[in-house]
Amino acid sequence: MTSQHPEKLIIQDLHVAVEEREILKGVNLEIGRGEVHALMGPNGSGKSTLGYAIMGHPSYEVTSGSIEIVEADGNRRDILAMEPDERARAGLFLAFQRPMAIPGVRVADFLRHAVSNVRNPERKEGQELVPMKEFRGELKAKMAELQMDTDFARRYVNDGFSGGEMKRAEILQLAMLAPRFAVLDETDSGLDADAVRLASESIARIGGADMGILIITHHEQLLEHNIPLKTHVMLGGRIVESGGPELAAELHKRGYERIRASYPEAAAAEEAMAAEAAATA
Amino acid sequence: MATDTHETSTLAAVPGNGAGVSKPVFGEINKYDFRTESPAIFKARRGLSRDIVNQISEMKKEPAWMRDFRLKSLEIFESKPMPHWGGRIGVNFEDIYYYLKPTEQQGKTWDDVPDEIKKTFDRLGIPEAERKFLAGVKAQFESEVVYGSLQEDLAKKGVIFTDTDTAVREHPDLLREYFGKIIPPSDNKFAALNSAVWSGGSFIYVPKGVSIEFPLQAYFRINAENMGQFERTLIVVDEGAHVHYVEGCTAPMYSTESLHSAVVEIVVKKHGRCRYTTIQNWANNIYNLVTKRAMAYEGALMEWIDGNLGSQLTMKYPAVYMMEPGARGEILSIAFASAGQHQDAGAKLVHAAPHTSGRIVSKSISKNGGRSSYRGLVKVEPGARKSKSSVVCDALILDDKSRSDTYPYIEIEEQDVSIGHEASVSKIGEEQLFYLTSRGLSEAEASAMIVGGFIEPLVKELPMEYAVEMNKLIELQMEGSVG
Repeated sequence: MTSQHPEKLIIQDLHVAVEEREILKGVNLEIGRGEVHALMGPNGSGKSTLGYAIMGHPSYEVTSGSIEIVEADGNRRDILAMEPDERARAGLFLAFQRPMAIPGVRVADFLRHAVSNVRNPERKEGQELVPMKEFRGELKAKMAELQMDTDFARRYVNDGFSGGEMKRAEILQLAMLAPRFAVLDETDSGLDADAVRLASESIARIGGADMGILIITHHEQLLEHNIPLKTHVMLGGRIVESGGPELAAELHKRGYERIRASYPEAAAAEEAMAAEAAATA
Repeated sequence: MATDTHETSTLAAVPGNGAGVSKPVFGEINKYDFRTESPAIFKARRGLSRDIVNQISEMKKEPAWMRDFRLKSLEIFESKPMPHWGGRIGVNFEDIYYYLKPTEQQGKTWDDVPDEIKKTFDRLGIPEAERKFLAGVKAQFESEVVYGSLQEDLAKKGVIFTDTDTAVREHPDLLREYFGKIIPPSDNKFAALNSAVWSGGSFIYVPKGVSIEFPLQAYFRINAENMGQFERTLIVVDEGAHVHYVEGCTAPMYSTESLHSAVVEIVVKKHGRCRYTTIQNWANNIYNLVTKRAMAYEGALMEWIDGNLGSQLTMKYPAVYMMEPGARGEILSIAFASAGQHQDAGAKLVHAAPHTSGRIVSKSISKNGGRSSYRGLVKVEPGARKSKSSVVCDALILDDKSRSDTYPYIEIEEQDVSIGHEASVSKIGEEQLFYLTSRGLSEAEASAMIVGGFIEPLVKELPMEYAVEMNKLIELQMEGSVG
């Protein structure tokens, strides 16, 4: 055993295409466990694509580059070789911007399966789930912390949920699955100011020092309790600038004009991507 | 769920996609793949003839009217052609045993039931199920009911719950009034066959105003190679009475073809209510050709809940004939077709009186080359004014090899009615699968969960232990289905 290494999620020169259209054009990012990073950028710059690529969405084809986790023993695990469920079991999580409705499937049943697999990565289909009583107690406690009604667990996953309920359900899943690295894709969109504050506090409490978090957001409120170690700005499929929390504040106040002016090549790529997307839509 | 088509009020068949039915694959559901040695006391010769029918009637010591009914039915059976629609029925009627009698006498208590038979039921979990949930158990083993119990208070209320053979002996007048009247032997070839060689099944009479709060249950299985099973059930719900009857079935697997052809007749009188729940999980070689029909009178409610899994071919369309004003009919149908299986299932609603209302909800799942067809009829007779019917059928297709068809027949001979029909065909959405797998569920678990959710609206109508069993069966069906 070598000396203890900090666990890290490392993304190198990542290129991702959707239906043969290149969206990410070489992304580099390194997130240590326990660190909070913010990812900002105009719509269509590729932020959600990065989240999907990390989680292994089948429509998002990684054409080159790598995503790896550096383990505490120094070994590197190739994330790209894993199926989405294996990535979840390896400790990755994506809070969806638009979570899918699964009619007829109750939140509690779904989460009990998810928790069983993530906590016991070797679990096979049909093997024992986490004990019901233990699971229920934990779920109830986590729901109380998120000020969620207990009825929520019996509802069908995201089926007929309001925007706010969906986002809270995503945070609940984050809390229950306790990943090592999480991407939160606009977990603040569709929430009112109080709900964003609650979400921000909850994420800070859940994350603590154990989670590496990439927060994708257009606003700074979500960062209020999650001061980012670094803020990254994505434009035209690349991270063009990284800074501290003050960068998030600047972008929130002033928008992306300065960024576009400073990185004309990325801004041109952004325009080309927008035109291409409009043509295929 | 990605809905590919959605249409309203159509008479046309929706063509299925994907290939047809592939060869049967055995070994998918192995939970019930076992058989116990059972010393059948009498085994009729293979094949069908007047002699065999006479012999069956004689063995049962039946009155002349029943023997004559059987013989007449045999003539009808022989004169009728095979149905020319539905699925391919590859049954050789000469290869089938038409009667088996496993024990001399019906067991009166659990202790009287032969050990071999108990062992089979043990493995199916029947005794526990009885202790926990069931008030009266009628378990049919091979061709006859071998075990029956009925709670005393039911008997005190005048409820009759017995096997149909016993009812012929002990309640001849009551039985004869309805037997073969709702589904006459001339109805179809398989109703005629059942009428000629029937054995076992349940007879239930619920007197006026009597309400039975817990489900009555029968649980049976086929356990002899090449043996046809022809049970015959008759339920009479008198005025203002209420009953829920549950029929469950799992069958072990065999390599040769086998036939199951039941007849279920139900009468629900004025303001009576009857619910009939079936979960059938047949071996992949079984032809399951069943006729089920209920007559509902003034203000009465008849509900069929029908779950069909397994079998090589199932053709089953539970019907409600609404005979008097205010009668209601509800039919919920679930079909799951996997490799080598064709579920041709559906429902029939006949509005024969004004102010009657009916509803059909059908959910079908096709996977691994399986084929499921919804075949339904809504008929409104002349004069059945202000009748209302709605039909919703949703099909879920799990892969490109599988197939789903819809054959909705609507015959309306009255102007002043409201009839709705909706059909949808879906595939499991990639986005749903990704969402679930991104939370750590394997693709098979995620698919099973989506399928479970798809049928949840029907499963929640089932008594608890059946809902649990249904979900388990779906999980077993889904295992190894992906990849």
